[in-house]
Amino acid sequence: MTSIPILDFAVALGLAVAMAIMLARLFLGPTLYDRVLAVNSFGTKTVLFLVVFAVMVNRGDAIDIALLYALLNFIATIAILKFFRYRSLEVALSEIAIRRRDTGDDAQSDRSEPTGGA
Amino acid sequence: MIQTVDLTQYFDYVFMAMLLSVGIAVVRLRSLFAAVMLTGVYSLLSAVWFVSLDAVDVAFTEAAVGAGISTVLLLGAMLLTSRECNPVPASRHWAALAVVVVAGALLFYALGDMPVYGDPNSPANAYVGMEYMTMTVDDIAIPNVVTAVLSSYRGFDTMGEVFVVFAAGLGVALLLGLGGAAGKRED
Repeated sequence: MTSIPILDFAVALGLAVAMAIMLARLFLGPTLYDRVLAVNSFGTKTVLFLVVFAVMVNRGDAIDIALLYALLNFIATIAILKFFRYRSLEVALSEIAIRRRDTGDDAQSDRSEPTGGA
Repeated sequence: MIQTVDLTQYFDYVFMAMLLSVGIAVVRLRSLFAAVMLTGVYSLLSAVWFVSLDAVDVAFTEAAVGAGISTVLLLGAMLLTSRECNPVPASRHWAALAVVVVAGALLFYALGDMPVYGDPNSPANAYVGMEYMTMTVDDIAIPNVVTAVLSSYRGFDTMGEVFVVFAAGLGVALLLGLGGAAGKRED
């Protein structure tokens, strides 16, 4: 290994800049939905950066972490969405599906801002 | 090799700066939900930082604990807590600041005793450490030495840790009520 391919470095740098922009959106808001989207997008950027970095420094085992993050990011997003919709983490996803099928109710509570803010 | 170290250390600085700004934002923001979101981002960032410092195994742990569980747990905690807070008297601010400054000064004082980064005579490199580095591949054919130590040389210890983490996860699952059945009354 002599030096880093300049293309890899440029891509990694671009991803770091994108992460910084996401951070700005996270800090500024203005609504909570902006922040959720920013976190989700930040997670994607993280996964991408980890892959690019692994290729850049020639360490294939770092890609495993990227895969792990791709999986776990999903869990956090599910939890956030459940929180928005039901104000509770106790509701099981299977129950939600049954309830929706039985009542056909969909857009009752998800228009309002979650009370976590303010 | 020199070139590699030179370029990747800029990423270390970038991520440290991002970590610092996220930390300050967590303290400053008044919205609990935004703070929870930011702690999730903090965990993502620290994992990236660990990878760029070549500590892949630590990043793995951070991924499992920070990104997976802590956001969910903090959201659950948010549901249980109230949304009001009383103003903290200024005298308590100063006391907290004094504690932080003293602790920070002690840490910087202790920093003087640390060996130089990559020092061949540091305790980590001087004793049996190098033998693990040279012999692991021949012994058990695992390329990553940290993984080899954790899962093979001290495998029983790691198994005990896994039991503890499993028990903790089981407790959390019971508290959160996975499957929706926990704590439900029949009426």
